[in-house]
Amino acid sequence: MKRVADIMSLRGGRSSRRSNLPINRGLPRAILRLCSAPLRIYALAMTFMLLASCAPVDLNAPIPTFDTGVDSNTWAQIPAGEFYFGQHEDFESTEAYEIMITDVTAAQYADFLNAALAAGYVKVAERGDKIVGFYPGDEFRGVKHEEEIKAGDWSYIPLNDPSQRIKFDGAVFNVQSGYENHPMTNVTWFGAWGYCEYNNSRLPTEMEWEKAGRGPSTGSGSKRPFPWGEEILRENANFYSSRDPFEDMSSVGSRTTPVGFYNGQKYGDYQTLDSASPYGLYDMAGNVWQWTGNVYEGMHYRFMRGGSKDTYDMDLRLWVRNNATPIYFSPGVGFRCVR
Amino acid sequence: MQFVKNRFNYLFNSTKGLILVAIAMVGIITAVWGMLSGPMAEMGVREVVIKALGMKIVQAEREGRIIILYHSIAMALVAIETYMVTGLLKMKAFFKTAINAIITVGYILTMIFGMGFAYFGHNWAFHGVYIFGLSLIFFAGVLLVIALWPWNSEVYVTDMDYAHTKKGVDMERVAFFATAVTTVLSALFGAVPGSFYGHGFETFLAENIIRLPEKTTMEYSIIGHLHIMLALIAIMLTLIIGRWLNFKGVWHKIAMPMMILGTIVLNLGVWGVVTPLEPVAHMVIYVGATPSMLAALFLLIWSWGKLIREGTAHIQKPSFAQKMGALLHDPLKFGPTWQMLFMNFTTSGIGIFMAIRLEQIFRVWPAREERIELTGHWHALSAIIATIILMYYGDMIGLKGKVRQLYGWFILIFSDIALAAVTVFEMKRLFITEAAQQPLVNGLMYAIDFGLGMLLVLLAVVMVWRLTDLFNPKGRWTEEVDHELAQEVSK
Repeated sequence: MKRVADIMSLRGGRSSRRSNLPINRGLPRAILRLCSAPLRIYALAMTFMLLASCAPVDLNAPIPTFDTGVDSNTWAQIPAGEFYFGQHEDFESTEAYEIMITDVTAAQYADFLNAALAAGYVKVAERGDKIVGFYPGDEFRGVKHEEEIKAGDWSYIPLNDPSQRIKFDGAVFNVQSGYENHPMTNVTWFGAWGYCEYNNSRLPTEMEWEKAGRGPSTGSGSKRPFPWGEEILRENANFYSSRDPFEDMSSVGSRTTPVGFYNGQKYGDYQTLDSASPYGLYDMAGNVWQWTGNVYEGMHYRFMRGGSKDTYDMDLRLWVRNNATPIYFSPGVGFRCVR
Repeated sequence: MQFVKNRFNYLFNSTKGLILVAIAMVGIITAVWGMLSGPMAEMGVREVVIKALGMKIVQAEREGRIIILYHSIAMALVAIETYMVTGLLKMKAFFKTAINAIITVGYILTMIFGMGFAYFGHNWAFHGVYIFGLSLIFFAGVLLVIALWPWNSEVYVTDMDYAHTKKGVDMERVAFFATAVTTVLSALFGAVPGSFYGHGFETFLAENIIRLPEKTTMEYSIIGHLHIMLALIAIMLTLIIGRWLNFKGVWHKIAMPMMILGTIVLNLGVWGVVTPLEPVAHMVIYVGATPSMLAALFLLIWSWGKLIREGTAHIQKPSFAQKMGALLHDPLKFGPTWQMLFMNFTTSGIGIFMAIRLEQIFRVWPAREERIELTGHWHALSAIIATIILMYYGDMIGLKGKVRQLYGWFILIFSDIALAAVTVFEMKRLFITEAAQQPLVNGLMYAIDFGLGMLLVLLAVVMVWRLTDLFNPKGRWTEEVDHELAQEVSK
C-alpha cells in the first residue's frame, strides 16, 4: 500500500521532483534528450513551410503544349442496350445515341461564343463581368433546400476570373495560348447546356454518361470501375498528384491536360497509357468533372461525373457523383454533349 | 510459463493492461491503414503496403471497407472507455470481470476478423465472427447498463459535495447510466440498417448522400447513428475525465443534471430523424447538445479553477502570470479540458457555422467541398477524443517530471496544430480560390501530416517502452497490475 501511496503522491509535475521511481530513468529520459534537437528542426521547418504556403500563384505560368492527335469533333456511337449502372451494378438500359469522344475544348467553346454573340444567343452582362444566355427555367416544387431556377438570363461563363482561359476583348473571344486543346472550364451548367443546345445536341443524362464510360453489360470487364479497367495508375488519368507534365504541386497544383492526352502516346519523357473507354471516349475519368443534363424533381443541384485533376483516384470511379448549383464554375469542371 | 502467465494476467486481467492492449491495437491499425490514403497514397506508399500485406482491394467495395475500418477502431475506443468506467465506478466484481472480458473478446474479434474480411478477401466466416464480435460488445454494453444502475443504496453518495438527489442518488452515476443506456439503444440504429444493407458492401457513406432531398428511413438511421455514437463517446469521455479529476462542488451539482438532460434530449432528437418528427429533429438535437456542452464547460471552469488554486496555494496574492503558470503546470491535467474547449473551434463551431450559413455558403460550393467539411469535422472530434484518452493514459502510467511535461505538451501542441490546420483546410474556400490554393494546401497538409505523424511517433515510443517494460521482471507493469483507476482519482 505504501508503494501505491508513493506513486499516487507523485501525480503532477511538482511532486515528481521527489520521485526516485525507475520511471524517471531509462528509455523516457533518453527519448527526452533525443527529441530536443528534432523538435527545434521541426519548428523551423514548419515555419518555413507555412511561409511558403503564402506564396502567390502565377495562374498564367507557361504550360507544355502537346498535340494528342485526338480530334475533339469526333462523336462515338453508343448502341441501345443494357449496361451496369452504379456502384452496386444495377442493370439499366438506354436508347442509341452519339457522344463526343472528348470534353468540349476551350477552342470549341470560344468558337461557339463568337457565333452565339453574333447571333444574339448570348450577351455580355451589364457589368461586363460575365457572359449570359437565356434558360427557360425549371419547375419549382418548394422542397426543403430547393432554390427556384426561373426563366431568364443566367451566367454562362465568368470573364473576370483569373483562371478563365477564354479572353474577351470587347468584340472577339480568344483562347489563352496553350489552352486551345484543353477542356473548357470555368463554365456553369447553363453555359454547358447552352453550348450543347446551340449545336443541336444536349448534355448527357447521368445514365448516358456512365454507359459511355463503362461499356455494354456483355463481355469481359463490363463491371469495370474505370473506363479502361479495374485498376488505376498515374499514367491512366489526370488526378490529384498524378505527376503529369502539366502538374506543379509546389505552386499551381494540378492543371488540366489536353483532351485525349491519355491515349498511349509518349509526350517527351512522359509515357501515357491508352485509357479510352470501351466506346473510345477519352477523359471519362479525371481531368475535369463533367456536367450532366438531368434536372431532378425537388432539387436545383446539377450533377457531375468523372472526377477531376483535383480529386483523388477514388472520385474517378465511374459511378461517383458530385453536384453543385447550376451557376457554379471552376477550373476543374467541364462538359461534353450527346445527340 | 510463469513468465507468460504473469504478463498475460497483466495485459488481460488488469484495467491498465487492458487499456494498453487496446491502445496498441488502435495504434497498429492507425499506423498501417493510415498509409493507404492521403499523402502516403500520393507518395506511392499505399501500393507498397497493399502488395506487402497481400491486401485485396476492390474498387467497388471502398465504402464498405471504410465502414468496417471505422468500426474496428471505434470498438476499441468503446472498450477503452468501458475499462475506464469499470475501473472508476463502484460495481460488483462479477460485473466488472464479465464486462471487461466480454468487451475485450468482442473488440479483438471485431478488429481482427472485420479487417481480415474487409481487406484480405471475402472469407465469410470472418464476416460472421466480425458480427459476433460486435454482438459481444453490445452484450457487454447491456451488462454495463445493469452494473451502473444508480438507484441502489450501496452506490448512493455519502459525500454531499457531489451532485445527488434528496434520497442520495448519485447524479453523476445517473449520467453514466443514461449515457450507457442511450449508447446501447443508439447502437441499434446502426445495427438495423447494417443488416438491411447486407454485407457492408452495398452501403454508402453518409457524406455522399447529404444533398439528396429525399432519404429513406434506413439512410436517416445510418446518418443518425454515426452522429450520435461519436457524440456519446465524447460525452462518456467527459464524464470519465470528470471522475478522474474528482469533479465536485457547486459546478458538479449544476453540470450533472444538465449532462443527463442533454444526453437524453440529444438522443431523442437523433432517434427522431426516423420518425414523423424529422422536420423538428434538428431543433431537438440543438436543444439537447446545449446543456451537454455547458456541462463540459462547467467541468472546465471547475478544473481550471482547481489547478490555479492548488498551484498558487503557497502564494498569498498570486499574479495573473503565476495563475497561468499554475494552470499550465501539468499538461496532463490541463490538457483534457483544453481539448474540450479546442473542440469548439474544430468541431462544434464548424458544425454550427455550417448549419446557420448552409444555403448562403456551403450549398453554393460543390458537394465534394461540403464532404470535406463534414468528414473533416468528425475526424477532428475523433482525434480530439483520442488525444484526451492518451493524456489520461499518460497520467495512468505514472509519467512524471520532464517526461510528463514533454509527453503532455507534445500531444497538445502537435494535435492542435494538426487540427487547426484541418479546420483551415475545411474552410479554405471562404478565402482562397481553387486555382490559387495549392501553396496554402501544401502548407496545411504539412502541418496536418507532421502533427498527426508526430503523435503516432510518440505513441510508438510509448508502446515500445511498454513492450520493453514487459520483459523487465520488476517493470512498471508489476505495479500497474494491482492498481485500480478509482484509487488514483485526484484528491
